[in-house]
Amino acid sequence: MVSEKDHNVSRRQFLTYTLTGVGGFMAAGVVLPMARFAIDPVLQTTGEGDMHAVTEVSELTDEPQRFDFSYEQEDAWYTSETTNSAWIYLDGDDIVALSPVCTHLGCTVNWNSNENHPNEFFCPCHGGRFEKDGTNVAGTPPTEPLHRYKVEVRDGTVYLGKAEPQI
Amino acid sequence: MLQRLYDWVDERLDITPIWRDVADHEVPEHVNPAHHFSAFVYCFGGLTFFIIVIQFLSGMFLTMYYVPDIVNAYESVKYLQGEVAFGMIVRGMHHWGASLVIVMVFLHTLRVFFTGAYKKPRELNWVVGVLMFFILMGLGFTGYLLPWDMKAYFATVVGLQMAESVPIIGTLIKTLLSGDPEIVGAQTLTRFFAIHVFFLPAALLGLMAVHFIMIRRQGIAGPL
Repeated sequence: MVSEKDHNVSRRQFLTYTLTGVGGFMAAGVVLPMARFAIDPVLQTTGEGDMHAVTEVSELTDEPQRFDFSYEQEDAWYTSETTNSAWIYLDGDDIVALSPVCTHLGCTVNWNSNENHPNEFFCPCHGGRFEKDGTNVAGTPPTEPLHRYKVEVRDGTVYLGKAEPQI
Repeated sequence: MLQRLYDWVDERLDITPIWRDVADHEVPEHVNPAHHFSAFVYCFGGLTFFIIVIQFLSGMFLTMYYVPDIVNAYESVKYLQGEVAFGMIVRGMHHWGASLVIVMVFLHTLRVFFTGAYKKPRELNWVVGVLMFFILMGLGFTGYLLPWDMKAYFATVVGLQMAESVPIIGTLIKTLLSGDPEIVGAQTLTRFFAIHVFFLPAALLGLMAVHFIMIRRQGIAGPL
């Protein structure tokens, strides 16, 4: 325990403490609103995301086909029509919708586009390959399977939500 | 901990004389409000500086969201004020600070005038101060256009007409400012933005340095 005697604070020390305190309080009052303002994008809650109508179930086959779909994208003060694509096929009764974004560095993959690697998704940028269900082929650059869209069917129409990682 | 860190750096770089030279100087009795309360009038220069620092900071943060483009400027201001946390506060600091700077500069100038602090050998510092006043007016004029609303637009239209009324070179000045002989539009906004956030602040920083160095060289003017 420190005894009461050691609590002596000199006039200079007292002034230093109070001035530092008041100054720090004022600086915080100036800086904190600006800091919160700057980090706002990190703290914005992201909504679930809407489902977008893409195609009819009757259009789908066992073979992955590319479907483009457009929707209104809200980017802060800028709203625009944005187009996204999905590779969709039927796996029995299951509808599989894969994102065309390569999981290596984000180029766009194509189905069956490389003669040397039939029935695979192929990425032209660095030769990344994925099997039909999106699984990345070992020994090629991608480290995880293609992302898979959330799928919903309403009245025979396929709706897609956000693409989510498969693992 | 901090002390040891400081000592470590100081031992190698001998930084103590640097900050002592900047910060460690005696405040004469006649400018110290603790001795004579009326000496608070000597605070206005420092307060001007304090608010200019706030203007620099809040302005830097505002450009994180603002775009100087006639299509998006108004929408981006609306977004940063209405949707971003503390947007109203940060924009408010910049908005009110802009007026407060002028008030503080005015009071500072009055004090210098009535204490006769502009007299020999300090004439040059008065000149530099007046130059900074002009720069602050320029900052106010160019910043006013940036939200790109009706008030901003027409204030600038009027301001440009004033520039145009200068004999002989008036039209030239106006075109130089607005970027187009007739239209107050896309080029005017980008020009005003560039002037507001790069050219004038840089000039202001330079002149403030000169202002402060001269004060340290000449010392604070004596009592009345």
